[in-house]
Parts: sequence; structure tokens; C-alpha cells
Amino acid sequence: MKKTKLLSFAALLILLIGMLAACGSSNGEEQESNGSNETDQETDAGQGSESESDEGASDESASGSITISGSSAMQPLVAAAAEQFMSENPEADIQVNAGGSGTGLSEVSEGTVDIGNSDVFAEEKDGIPADELVDHKVAVVGMTAAVNPGVGIDDISKEDLKKVFTGEITNWSELGGEDVDITLVNRPDSSGTRATFVNFGLDGETPAEGVTEDSSNTVKQIISETEGAIGYLAFSYFTDDSVTPLSIDGVEANDENVQSGEFPIWAYQHSYTNGEAEGLAKTFLDYLMSDEVQTGLLPEQGYIASTKMQVERDAEGNQTDK
Amino acid sequence: MENKAALSAGERLIKSKRNRSLGELRGKILVTLCALIMITATVSVTIFLTVKGLQSFLVNHVSPIEFLTSTNWNPLADDPSYGALPFIFGSLAVTFLSALIAAPLGIGGAIFMTEIAPSWGRKVLQPVIELLVGIPSVVYGFIGLTILVPFIREHGTGTGFSILAGTIVLSIMILPTITTIATDAMGALPSSLREGSLALGATRWQTIRKVLLPAALPSLLTAVVLGMARAFGEALAVQMVIGNVRSLPASLLDPSATLTTIITLNMGHTTYGSVENNTLWSMGLILLIISFVFILIVRYLSSRRKI
Repeated sequence: MKKTKLLSFAALLILLIGMLAACGSSNGEEQESNGSNETDQETDAGQGSESESDEGASDESASGSITISGSSAMQPLVAAAAEQFMSENPEADIQVNAGGSGTGLSEVSEGTVDIGNSDVFAEEKDGIPADELVDHKVAVVGMTAAVNPGVGIDDISKEDLKKVFTGEITNWSELGGEDVDITLVNRPDSSGTRATFVNFGLDGETPAEGVTEDSSNTVKQIISETEGAIGYLAFSYFTDDSVTPLSIDGVEANDENVQSGEFPIWAYQHSYTNGEAEGLAKTFLDYLMSDEVQTGLLPEQGYIASTKMQVERDAEGNQTDK
Repeated sequence: MENKAALSAGERLIKSKRNRSLGELRGKILVTLCALIMITATVSVTIFLTVKGLQSFLVNHVSPIEFLTSTNWNPLADDPSYGALPFIFGSLAVTFLSALIAAPLGIGGAIFMTEIAPSWGRKVLQPVIELLVGIPSVVYGFIGLTILVPFIREHGTGTGFSILAGTIVLSIMILPTITTIATDAMGALPSSLREGSLALGATRWQTIRKVLLPAALPSLLTAVVLGMARAFGEALAVQMVIGNVRSLPASLLDPSATLTTIITLNMGHTTYGSVENNTLWSMGLILLIISFVFILIVRYLSSRRKI
């Protein structure tokens, strides 16, 4: 009895060390949430690269296994697509992790994962060999300023939006709303959502200090509960009346206006591969761009189909008609 | 079993001796292995963190003095600045303030359990404390976010996201640590102390205040420091209620940020090897160093323990 106890204790310790080692190359959030998964996934990644080199000749392969990591905003979409793909191709095994855009880009350029998801261009991040990575713009996400319903406005000019976020305007009454003070809800500096909003909503002006939260759900909750609060959220979070999305310069924040290029604040959801995609990674990326996903799964999950965009944008943020 | 009975007494003796020495060796190897694994893990984490944490200073040439003393944190500006002082200050502030709340409560609870009502006090308080330990930190954070923050917003100034909210959440979280260790410390006091004091005519309260508390003081302080170490390292619950702003707070009701919250907020978004990522590792290194200081204090206090 005692011996088995001791043995299981030792086994537990060894397992723990193994997990620590596996997490060494990975990021903080993941370490806590799915440390044990990761050991599996990394071995999967190893097998994946083997089988890919075997099947390099035939691009149509839909078997083997690949690992995907990165942007937590893209995780639900890619995970749902992977599930559908695997049910159609039982030979394939696709593991999808979240962890953040930085993690995704780092891991794909290191070769730890096969596909790295990011909500910013690789060129915008330091220390990423962007020219070695191949960009697949899988989807588009529109976002807009969200306010507490009590502030009494639902449209704002871009100039006023900048003034609100830089702290020049401090009370909603200055914009014709109720007499409540403005409370800013920001994202962390490195967040892709913040980068998009600052670049295309505020024309690059630095927002003033305010409450900072990372998770969109938390941001939504804070805005809905705090009088006079303003933050920014992706369209998919405007599912109820708890927060009010603002139109900007009279242009309503909806999918059609983003597709036509009239609404300015949107970002691509990128899937990066290290070099041209091969084997299962290529088949899966093709599947993501197929009509089945672009017109079915994407709108369901609150994303905008990238194939339907009438405008396109490069890494410097220049927008052109397609 | 039957075989064993058939063996002669001498053979049995030899066999059991051999068995025992084999068992001894096996046990020794097992526990040595455990110890080695633990030591290796600690040492390698320390080395890894030190190497990673120093990179921002050695590779990216961030000035360590700026990092420790400047209050300006803006790593993504055109002219980036890396002043982590507001976060260091925030971490220390919530840690000490929460210890200030939790220490009297925890030690009071411990005295209640060991001196005032040892039988039913323990029966009621023990499960309550164990329950507090079992609640995950995200739940504490969520309760803080939905109850505490709106409460502070309505009864004070500002948004409710504040050092105060972080302090209250943390003090509840470290209460079990302090109470458990303090209870053990009080319980470990020899009863001759109690009996001697009572025999001299001291009342129960006098005994507790003048005899038992001073005798247990080093252990009680150890309890508080261990509680503080837990508060210092907590990230998730604090992140949800403290507001995470980059400026130094002017009052208890101002939002602030701690080293841990800044690390968890930014880690996933930054790329490995970039300056932003390296400065986060440097913050981790500072966390480790301050944790070591806590441990040194605990060791010093333990060495002063007389009983």
C-alpha cells in the first residue's frame, strides 16, 4: 500500500516536471489552463511534421496531424472549423490552442506549431521574421466603440471619438448626451484589438489612462455596469442591449459597411504558416477559405467573410479597393 | 504464504533481512529522487528566469535604473519608456494592505480556535477555512468584479476598480494561510506555559496577551509573511478588480496595477524575444527576488523561534 502511494507520488512529480518542461516554450496563460494537454499536443506536432514531409508530394492530403495556436479572438472560429473538418476527414487530427497573437506568431516562426493565428500583421510585431511567414487572411472582424446605454448617444464623429479617448472631453453632456462623466475602458498595450482601434478609430492617437482589461467579456461587463463607460468591442459582442455600439460619422457599425469599406475600424484575422503551407495545413487553410466556412461558419460565429471584402488593406494600413 | 510457513526460522530471518535491506535501498532511492527533482526544478526555474529577466537590460539596453524608478510605462510609443515603478508599488501596496487586514483576523481566529473555544470553535471554523482555500482565485475575482467593485463605485468615488477592491479580495484569499499556520503555532505551545500563567493568577486574556502571544510571535509572523507571499504572487483575482492602469495611485480608491497583472495581461500578445516580452520577464524576475526576500524573512523568523 505504502509502496504504491510512494510510487504514484513519484510518478506525479515526474509528470509535473514534464509539464513544466513542455510549458517552457509556451506562454503563461496556457501553462495554467491546459498544461497537460500541451504535452500531448507537442508530440502531435512532431508527428505532424513527419507525416507532412511524407505526404509532401500530394497536396490534397487530409490526414496526419497539425497544431494551431495564437489569437484567442480567432480560437473559437478555428476550433469550430477544425471540428467540422475532422468530422469530414476522420484521418486528420487538428489541435487548436489559444494563447494570444504574440504566442501564435512566435511559435509558428519557431516551427513549434504548423499554423499561427494573429489578429495583427506579422510585420507589426517585433522579433518576427515576417518575410518568412505566409499570410492567409481567413476572416475580418469589425469593431467599434461601445458605450453604456445610459450615456444617451449612439452616434459619434471620429473627431469627437478621438477627443473622448484622449481625455479632452470628459463628460457626455459635451456631446449632447446625459450629464455623466466619461470612464474609459482600455485594452493592454500589446493587444491586437487595441492596436486596430487606435490605428483606425483614433488615427494613431494614444488613449488616455483608464481601466484596462484583456478579455472582451470582462470589458463588456464593465461597460454595461459602469455609468458613462466607453470601450471598444468586436461586433460579435453586441448580442444584447447591455452595451450600445456607436455609429461613427453616421456610418452604422455592421458587416455590410465593413465589407464596402465605409466603416473604418476592422482587422484581418490572419493564419500564418512558416513558408508555403503544405500537406494537411494547406488542405485545412483551403477549407477555411472555402464557401462552406466563409458563408456558413463565419457569419454564425460573428466574423465577416474575407472573401466578401470589397476593399483590402496592407500591413501599413493603406486601404484600397479590390 | 504456505511456503513461508514451511521455511525454518533461520531461513525466515535471513529472508526478511534481505527483504528489508532491499526495501530500505528502494525507499532511499525513491525519496532521494524526489528531492533531486524538486531541487532541479527550483534551480532551473530560477536560472531560466534570471537569464530571461536580464535580457531586457543586457540585450535591449533598457536602463535598470529607469526600469526600477521611472513611473512612465509606455513600451509601444515611438520613444518607448520602461518604468515599472507603478507596478512594483502596486504589488507591494496591495500585499501589505491585505496583510494588514488579514493578519489580525487570522491570528484572532487562531486564538479563538485554540484558546477560547477549542472544541466547537475548531469544528465550525476549520471547515470554513478549508472551504476558503478550495475556492479558485478566478471565483474570488469574479465575485469581486460583480459585488465589490459596484459597491465601491456607489459608495465612493471613481469607477470602483481600485487598490481597495484588490486589497479586500486578497485579504480574504490569504486569510486561510494565515489562520492555519497561526493555529498550528498556537496549538504547538506547551501547555505548561498556559498552566504556569494561570497558576500565577493571570486571567485567560492576560495569559493570551502576555504569555502565549509573545511566545508564538515568530511563528505568527511567519504565518503573516507566508500569507503576504501568496498575496504578492496572485494575479488573476487582482487583475479583475484593480483596474490595471499605468499611473501611480493617489488614493485607496484609485485604480492601480501590479507586476503580476501586467504580466498576465500582456504575455500572450507579445512575441518572444521582443523588448515588450523581455521587460515582462524582468518583472517576473523582480517578483522572484521579492519572493526570495519573503522566504529569507521567514527563515530568519524561524531561527528566532524559541519554542
